[in-house]
Amino acid sequence: MFSTRNFNRSKPVLFILILFPSLLWAYQFVTGNLGVNPIEKLMDELGLMALRLIIITLMITTLSNIKPLKSIVVLRRMIGLFAFYYVCLHFSTYIVLDHFLDMQFIIQDIIKRPFITFGFISFLFLIPLASTSTNNMIKRLGFKLWKKIHYLIYPVAILASMHFYVLVRADKTEPVIYMGIIILLLLHRIFKRLTRPQLAQ
Amino acid sequence: MKILGSEITPYKTYLNRRKFIKGSLASAMLATVTSSAFANHESDPSIYSKNLNENDKLNSYEEITTYNNFYEFGTHKKHPHLNSGNFKPRPWTIKIDGLVKKPQTFDLEKILSNVTIEDRVYRLRCVEAWSMVIPWQGFQLSELIKMAEPLSSAKYVQFVTVFRPEEMPGQQKRTIIWPYREGLRMDEAMNPLTILATGLYGHEMPNQNGAPIRLVVPWKYGFKSIKSIVEIRFLDTQPETSWETLAPWEYGFYANVNPNVNHPRWSQGTERRIGEFKRRETLMFNGYEKEVAHLYKDLDLTKFY
Repeated sequence: MFSTRNFNRSKPVLFILILFPSLLWAYQFVTGNLGVNPIEKLMDELGLMALRLIIITLMITTLSNIKPLKSIVVLRRMIGLFAFYYVCLHFSTYIVLDHFLDMQFIIQDIIKRPFITFGFISFLFLIPLASTSTNNMIKRLGFKLWKKIHYLIYPVAILASMHFYVLVRADKTEPVIYMGIIILLLLHRIFKRLTRPQLAQ
Repeated sequence: MKILGSEITPYKTYLNRRKFIKGSLASAMLATVTSSAFANHESDPSIYSKNLNENDKLNSYEEITTYNNFYEFGTHKKHPHLNSGNFKPRPWTIKIDGLVKKPQTFDLEKILSNVTIEDRVYRLRCVEAWSMVIPWQGFQLSELIKMAEPLSSAKYVQFVTVFRPEEMPGQQKRTIIWPYREGLRMDEAMNPLTILATGLYGHEMPNQNGAPIRLVVPWKYGFKSIKSIVEIRFLDTQPETSWETLAPWEYGFYANVNPNVNHPRWSQGTERRIGEFKRRETLMFNGYEKEVAHLYKDLDLTKFY
């Protein structure tokens, strides 16, 4: 049931499912159905989706350690790239719709406000991940170097969840849940390294 | 959701209801209000235009009542609208205590029978860098302060929101330390711009906007304008306020709208007027510089933010 073939087969469906929210929000934005403060709403939805997808890629790696679920790892690249897609939309909403390309203001904002700094660094770290995602790149870089580059997903996930945590004014339950999941997933990796170092190679 | 004229209580009915309670005592005074208040209604927002600056446009009733912060009903800006249905704003009393001649509890109706309700169209600037233009109905806080008869030693006024977790689901969770508290310096409280609002768009204050009575201090960030007030206390020292207690590095006691004092999370230089696409520049004291700047001439606003 959880064969590589079946996971590969599910990809087109997953593709549409993950793409769909962005199309829906774009449509709702254009038709004026995103509520009273549509730019804020759009930015929030896109950002939250990106964070959730980042966490899902980490989960996939963990799940793939369970023998029968080994093949789930074939979904990771697509979901990772979708996370980048949503981060890009989130960031361009901020640049274009929220601040109208006022670059001077935006640069100040990124430097001065820690939560934007976190989000921005997280976005920067995702660029090398997305741009080395092809099989060809793995070959060119060699698996070892490629893997090292892709450890960047850890600071990406931590910074993204901090970005959300700092943004929330009072009830921090939701960002704390995301942070908790990320920490558990990272602890699992550390635990695995310590107990079975040969697998980490 | 579009509110049609026929679906909401016209301001005239509202006033008449109160007039009935008040009896003849205030009828002479009311006459002037009622005549101008007849069309005081969302269906004819032109009534408010004389109070509007040429750069400002009224926000709609829907915008004002479906998007705001009132953590007593939840932390999301749609929560007050969605979760405030069980709140019962009548009957209502306000306790007056602290440094006053005689501590007492006023019936809201009694307060209303002693004041003049007027239209005030104000900009409201949230610390989260969004803003609206709202047609309030209310009376100057100074009128209530006179009724309260504070002692000359009273230098500050503290306000407390009602605590009813069974009616206000947000209070069942300790997001902030309940009840919500706010405060003003006495001269800020006495400023003619400072009002206690009991209505908007010509009908009674909706639950989600702070029914039945709330503060509106238009030159300060929205969180200063405390809602659903049940207690007013006169003090000789600066009172603690909710947001300042929660995060003093972010929120000060004064919380004057000031584009030059940065906030760690939101630039205060610009704001999004709800309903507009492009941000606009934030004005010093939210555009009420002429009326209030003198209150702060000896104060370093970068320190006392």
